[in-house]
Amino acid sequence: MIYFDNSATTKINSGVLDTYNKVSQNIWGNPSSLHQFGSEAHNLLTQSRMQIAKLLNVSPGEILFTSGGTEGDNWAIKGTAMIKRKFGNHIITTSVEHAAVHNPVEQLKKLGFEITYLPVDKNGRVSVEDLKKAIRPTTILVSIMAVNNEIGTIEPVKAIGELLKKYPKITYHIDAIQGVAKGLENIIFNDRVDLVSFSGHKFHAPRGTGFNYKRDGKKIAPLMAGGGQERGLRSGTENLPGIAAMAKAFRLVMTNEDEKVRHQRQIKSEIFNHIKKFPNVIIFSKNDDTFAPHILCFAIKGVRGETVVHAFEKYGIYISTTSACSSRDQSVTSTLSSMHVDSSIAEDAVRISLDENNTIEEAKKFNQVFDQLYQQFSKLS
Amino acid sequence: MQYSEIMVRYGELSTKGKNKKQFIRQLGHNVRHVLHDFPKVETFPRHDRLHVVLNGENSDKVIDRLKQVFGIENFSPSIKVDKDINQAKQVALKLLNQQYHAGMTFKIDARRQDKHFPLDTYGVDNALGSYLIDHIPGLKAKMKNPDITIRTEVRLNGIFISSKTIDGAGGLPVGTGGRATMMLSGGIDSPVATYLGMKRGVRIDMVHFYSPPYTSQQALNKAKELTAKLSVYSGKINFIQVPFTKIQETIKEKVPEGYLMTIQRRLMLRLTAAITLKRHCKGIFTGESLGQVASQTLESMVAINDVTNLPVLRPLLSMDKTEIIKIARKIGTYKLSILPYEDCCTIFTPPAPKTKPRLDNSRKFEKFIDVDGLMKDALDNMKVTTIRPGDEFLNSNQDVFSELL
Repeated sequence: MIYFDNSATTKINSGVLDTYNKVSQNIWGNPSSLHQFGSEAHNLLTQSRMQIAKLLNVSPGEILFTSGGTEGDNWAIKGTAMIKRKFGNHIITTSVEHAAVHNPVEQLKKLGFEITYLPVDKNGRVSVEDLKKAIRPTTILVSIMAVNNEIGTIEPVKAIGELLKKYPKITYHIDAIQGVAKGLENIIFNDRVDLVSFSGHKFHAPRGTGFNYKRDGKKIAPLMAGGGQERGLRSGTENLPGIAAMAKAFRLVMTNEDEKVRHQRQIKSEIFNHIKKFPNVIIFSKNDDTFAPHILCFAIKGVRGETVVHAFEKYGIYISTTSACSSRDQSVTSTLSSMHVDSSIAEDAVRISLDENNTIEEAKKFNQVFDQLYQQFSKLS
Repeated sequence: MQYSEIMVRYGELSTKGKNKKQFIRQLGHNVRHVLHDFPKVETFPRHDRLHVVLNGENSDKVIDRLKQVFGIENFSPSIKVDKDINQAKQVALKLLNQQYHAGMTFKIDARRQDKHFPLDTYGVDNALGSYLIDHIPGLKAKMKNPDITIRTEVRLNGIFISSKTIDGAGGLPVGTGGRATMMLSGGIDSPVATYLGMKRGVRIDMVHFYSPPYTSQQALNKAKELTAKLSVYSGKINFIQVPFTKIQETIKEKVPEGYLMTIQRRLMLRLTAAITLKRHCKGIFTGESLGQVASQTLESMVAINDVTNLPVLRPLLSMDKTEIIKIARKIGTYKLSILPYEDCCTIFTPPAPKTKPRLDNSRKFEKFIDVDGLMKDALDNMKVTTIRPGDEFLNSNQDVFSELL
């Protein structure tokens, strides 16, 4: 099997699963319990938090555990809207966000918030200039993704941070779910960002894990109110096995990050340079450092994305029509339509997404299969 | 940037006349202890400077530790090259580039110990200065108040180049001011008082009272963790834990409620005084601040201080809580101090302790309990441990966890 759908989810690392099992069996006390068994669990929770904070060069109090990316995004957006509603009701985001950002702001719209969706250029990128124009005195939140999940565009989150320094009252949220261990930490953790969302299962941790970075002192309302875990900001008994496993997965994925990024770029180039030679192929992602190293989105003109996915599947190669979360949805992908790609071509788009465990050999095998399928498809048109 | 050596300049010591030698020896000793977990580091205390040779250890971490040692005015991390002016040129360029922004000015400050080196100080100045000006377009030299000073010392064993001077903590080397005990509860105040005592050169032994099961293991660990935090200022600290359960239970049983707190404190001070004398310490530090709580009124101090004639030193006496918190945040003890574990000062507190206890009553009520017997018992069971920078107590399972994480 060749798995090229790592933006949908990644395979859990076996050592990480080991941690999950050991913690589930041996350290299953409730971290809130006062007794020794509970405080052992509490210590592990603290250690996990410290490990993640250290890898990101932030302080442990700034890491808050969640159930994953969707919760992280919902919390950042709704939590900010709730606590800042008396200061304003305007939220700025982009037209290419993942549904986990798009739909929460749509919900807020129904409650009376005003939303500006920033347009993107032909590379799926927003412009800082457009953002500047969109800012109003009532703007309370700017939410931007670090890496587009459909075509891999790296958004100008650092330049936006620079701009927002002039607007200290606006909360700045970055959705970094596709941007973990892709060599982007220094642009994501720019010195202006307030909130950053992460999802565990995108970096070989178990499902149902994730964390938000929240700048020290930044206020946010809890989405989950209850027993007061995570300093009252995210109640619910901590998913300790998942959290410890995620801390381990995060350490593993961040080790030799530069090397891993280079490796993924190499594989991407291998495929990119091969498929670009075909006249009916349209590539939406670029093969340079303005795009993430692991995502390659392209279309074979006249062949629906779904057909392409199934054709590759026959050869044991798993790719995806743009976003896995919306794969079963017939509507045309939002990033490509925001880029004004013709809907007949957008329907044909497929996405390859890599991780550090993929190999050049797999890319070569993919290219071979691609040649065969391309010929087969040409007969159709 | 990986430096090869750190040159430490002394502060107030230089004014200490005949004691100077002893002060420098003490500082060298403290620096060695503070850097105990960097096995490759060597320290050489000399009459004018102290040299910390890194031998490949991480310079950033060593710098962070040095910033906190009392008795250091400032220090310069430097890079050692062979006695070859060309190597010196390249390193100087590298150092300058690190700090340089367009429009900044610089100067070379050369010294030469090795009089056999072919270039004299003007020669070194010239060689390096012109090399830098040739390689950085727009760079200007300025002799008075330049933005960057590149210090170059030609010594017998090599050329040492540095571009930065980092401020130290000031104060006097811990140990030069004698030894004293500190009554450490685990709250916000006592760590700050410890810090201030150490700043004036006093070596502190921590005395901590614990009362299991009324106080938890975590409360004890918290006090130890605080001690570890404070040990970065002196190198190491002796931590003395004294069991207090039986005394507290007896007092609770026999002493009238209004005087519970006063008698408890008298016993604590009695014990500390006994420990102080036994360990040849010369005084007792506390974190008391006048009027903060019932035991810290002048009347209470009269009633409690009655048990010893050792000096009881209260560095926080006239400080406001906000000032104390400010220092606690600065020295990094605040977040630990506010962890919610009960210590033995907060258990068995009566709803209305006497803020103005009478001395005669205090003496009278104390006779209700067997002071000598209880004290002997507590002193026999006290435990002394040595705590060093970097020791961890609150996460004692770390080794088990390191395998999981």
